[in-house]
Amino acid sequence: MKLPDPKELCQRLADAMRPQVAGDTVLVGIHTGGVWVAECLHGLLGLATPVGSVDTGYHRDDHRLGGSLKAGGRPSHLPFDVEGAHVVIVDDVLYTGRTIRAAMNELFDYGRPARVDLAVLVDRGGRELPVAASWCPHAMKLPASQVLVLEKDSDGTLSFSLSEK
Amino acid sequence: MSAIHPQLNARGELQHLLSLDGLPRDILTRILDLATPFTEVAEREVKKVPLLRGKSVFNLFFENSTRTRTTFEIAAKRLSADVINLNISTSSTAKGETLLDTVDNLAAMQADMFVVRHAASGAPYLIARHLAATGGDHIHVINAGDGRHAHPTQGLLDMYTIRHYKQDFENLTVAVVGDVLHSRVARSQLHALATLGVPEIRVIGPKTLLPTMVDRIAGPRGLRVFHDMREGLRDVDVVMMLRLQNERMQGALLPSPQEYFKSYGLTPEKLAMAKSDAIVMHPGPMNRGVEIDSAVADGGQAVILPQVTFGIAVRMAVMALLAGA
Repeated sequence: MKLPDPKELCQRLADAMRPQVAGDTVLVGIHTGGVWVAECLHGLLGLATPVGSVDTGYHRDDHRLGGSLKAGGRPSHLPFDVEGAHVVIVDDVLYTGRTIRAAMNELFDYGRPARVDLAVLVDRGGRELPVAASWCPHAMKLPASQVLVLEKDSDGTLSFSLSEK
Repeated sequence: MSAIHPQLNARGELQHLLSLDGLPRDILTRILDLATPFTEVAEREVKKVPLLRGKSVFNLFFENSTRTRTTFEIAAKRLSADVINLNISTSSTAKGETLLDTVDNLAAMQADMFVVRHAASGAPYLIARHLAATGGDHIHVINAGDGRHAHPTQGLLDMYTIRHYKQDFENLTVAVVGDVLHSRVARSQLHALATLGVPEIRVIGPKTLLPTMVDRIAGPRGLRVFHDMREGLRDVDVVMMLRLQNERMQGALLPSPQEYFKSYGLTPEKLAMAKSDAIVMHPGPMNRGVEIDSAVADGGQAVILPQVTFGIAVRMAVMALLAGA
């Protein structure tokens, strides 16, 4: 299967977001792939406030199943006041929606944003929660047996990788 | 509960934290790594994360403690657990109930975790074994200090403190000073230092307060024993002071606290033998003027209060890891 080019998707995502991005908009990437996308969007949109990042480990609903705390040592980093901000949560792939739910909970532990949007590169279907992206340049349907992840090679180039579970 | 590693479950995950003796290095390092992001929870608008939401943590302190019990309580609460503190001196134990009957009763109240301190070495192990035998092995046991045996979370927070100030363990000289004989803290520290690969571990104290074969305590690699504190402190990176445990002493092990201070009290003058950037640690409570001079305890090299703060994050990491197993 031909996988989309993340760089091109970032460009299209930034173009879609631009009309609704204002001076007080802040980007928050979800570790790890979402942070790469957020950094890419930050440059394309020319935003002043640095990119924030959240780790969803504390709020995942599968702690008992070993889902939380896998990576460890990656605290959330929000170098701005969340209170009253327009926050765009950024991730690479939107799937069940559980990660987004956890990211929103994490975000709210730092304050009450005025508005929260969601920007993703790819929507792969399979939602288990009522979550929708505000902007998404690419949709594809993937079976549950497959894992789609964003990867970054040593020179900083982003690419998608599809594998069987 | 596996027979060889009573702390690990069949999948090799941490099921209980009973001792640092025999705890694999990767698990030890994982706890330290997990603690780092937890230090930041206290700085949030909402000082809570929901990893232990809906879990009941019972603090079973059969022996007095303020710092350890409080920091366990804070750690559990920051993980959103419900914490029940049992005041043992006014409880059924005082009326003659046995330890295991107490445990059975608490298990019947749907406990998820026991934090146990007991004057008898091995009490937490006994509880863990009993739980495994009675179908209660979903309940996790954390040893918060048992007799002279172990105080694993203190050992872990001490390792976290060393790593925080010294980055790694590879090139360090670390001295543990004082009443090693009565100290469960010292045993946990020495096992952890050896597991983490500290190249030179020293023990400093009078012969009467060092256990026999103390040089073998941390495994076959051994450690250096000093009876002269000045000599023992020469060029060390970390000084780990121990409390003189008067309440556990039977018979005349010491001439007097004043005499002890003269030989083994950490004064600025003795500390000057260590490296100039050496850190001074103490598990508390301190006996000022007995094992440590106030000028050192309140001085720039002391990291005694940061140890307490790190203790919360380390205990959160232990509880979160156990709850996920």
